[in-house]
Amino acid sequence: MSTEKRGKRPLSPVRQEQNRREFIRTAILAGGTMIAALAGYIPLASGGVQRLRPPGALKDAQLDEHDFLSACIKCGQCVQVCPVEAIKLADLADGFGIGVPHIEARTQACDFSCDGLQCVLACPTGALTHSLNYPAETRMGFARLARPDSCLAIQGKGFKGQARGPDFTGTLRYEEVDRWNPIPVADHPYDLELCDLCMRQCPIEIRIAQCEAGTPPSGDPNQCPPRHAIVFESIGSGKAMMPVISDGCVGCGVCEMICPVNPTVIVIDIDRSADTVAAQGN
Amino acid sequence: MNYFLESLAQMFGRAPSKPQPNELKVEVKEIYTEKRKHKLTKEELRAMEAAHERSSHRHKWRNRRWFTLIVVNLLFVVSYYFDVQLIEGALTASRVVGFHMADLNSALQVMLAYKHVVLNLLIGTVTVFLLWVLLGGRTFCSWVCPYHFVAEFAEKLHVKLADKKWIKPITFHRGIRTVFYVIFALLALVTGYTVFETLSPTGILSRALIYGPGLALVWVAFLLLFEIFVSRRAWCRYVCPIGLTYGLVGTISPIRVKYNVKDCHHEGDCRKVCEVPHVLDTTIRMRARDVNVPIGADCTRCGLCVDICPTDSLNFEFVGSKKLG
Repeated sequence: MSTEKRGKRPLSPVRQEQNRREFIRTAILAGGTMIAALAGYIPLASGGVQRLRPPGALKDAQLDEHDFLSACIKCGQCVQVCPVEAIKLADLADGFGIGVPHIEARTQACDFSCDGLQCVLACPTGALTHSLNYPAETRMGFARLARPDSCLAIQGKGFKGQARGPDFTGTLRYEEVDRWNPIPVADHPYDLELCDLCMRQCPIEIRIAQCEAGTPPSGDPNQCPPRHAIVFESIGSGKAMMPVISDGCVGCGVCEMICPVNPTVIVIDIDRSADTVAAQGN
Repeated sequence: MNYFLESLAQMFGRAPSKPQPNELKVEVKEIYTEKRKHKLTKEELRAMEAAHERSSHRHKWRNRRWFTLIVVNLLFVVSYYFDVQLIEGALTASRVVGFHMADLNSALQVMLAYKHVVLNLLIGTVTVFLLWVLLGGRTFCSWVCPYHFVAEFAEKLHVKLADKKWIKPITFHRGIRTVFYVIFALLALVTGYTVFETLSPTGILSRALIYGPGLALVWVAFLLLFEIFVSRRAWCRYVCPIGLTYGLVGTISPIRVKYNVKDCHHEGDCRKVCEVPHVLDTTIRMRARDVNVPIGADCTRCGLCVDICPTDSLNFEFVGSKKLG
């Protein structure tokens, strides 16, 4: 190293003043940057940003997603592999959650049409936990009948036409139409005597039906969900029935997306999951 | 003089150490003495600079660099848009034809915040580490980072405004970048959030290019305005921990800029265009300890100094091989 002789020459008063000012300026820069950085906590302070996350998003037993925000490297590889383009990245308004993926179920839910949980496989950091192997093991949230009074099935009504109207851009994979490519929901009109869209399109129920027919998804019996997610129970004497959420529900949001009533009858709660529901016994 | 230690010291914020006359090698002293005998007049120097300005290779490295930067960033965009799966992800982490890559600083923040490292992240981090050891460390900044690209235009505006004395440029102590580095690392460790990612214009711009623009671009615009009207290249010079991370990698990289004192006129054109002019301190008269001096690791290998030098005194070198280019 050099033989510096700083101590020999005392700094001139001008130089000292310059140094003092530089120090103050730098301290202000530091302070300003820190305020900007910590402002990212504001959106999380009041209970956090409530968002439906992709399959496998890390959560603790209390469903707190702190670990998910920590582990996510904000790269969007999950976005890129999703066949129905359900995953979006958060903007600056999410603070520390910037660049973290989420799903807006009413607009485009996860229908597991990739079968193999591509987003989970794509995640480089394990923020979408690799310990998840099958759709039925997912715990994104839990469905709830938020507006039972407007439910067509409860009113005993059928449904005819495009589930969400002609302008809806959301897509679903219809096994009977194309095994490999999701198509727009608008291109697949229905004619139902009693509206059962939430159960009819439920990815878990579809898989259960496939397994019962002896043709599990991808020919893999492990893909068979162990429990029902949604069942229809008779009410009264007519054809009216009530959708009842069961403990096989993974919270994927397809029911919320497909519900033809506006606003939707059925929603996904993200502060509940099949596990917490089972633990609470309700 | 130990290149490694001097590089680190400068990177952490210390002013470049001035050599005492007795530290200069005999050959360098002779060159300096010889130069004093044949001083160029101002007119001669101007004429030489003007001739160089017209030369065909005047923007050689800048053009190569901009081309690379645009191609790399477009590859992400095009790959996603056409779903060809060439490069998936963003600059923070990606998969290049299936191979994991992770930005070293983003990976570090995630590791500190999450406190677990999955194998894929480790593979990606090691791959990128080796890549940038080979390519020069902060080469990432000037050859890949999209914020660096836009900041270059902000810088041009800033210099123009400052030349016309319409603004009064402000500088800060470079050591603050080291302080920020420690603070961001500690914040990740303590809060468990990747605090820096919220601010990182590199990540914001990369994601905006690939997934579409958003509100976060307002923050990037604010940074650019600050750099235009207040302080030149402030983010890259005084804040960005990505730059320091890659700078550390660069200390052991074989690709760097080399200065040869022999033909240099010490007019300082190189220092005027440099993002990190402290690394070019050695080009000041009587500051070079040897005939050939490697430029420190804080250098982003952008090549602006190589392009502007009228005497070919600055060149890229691959240590142990001939000059590049």
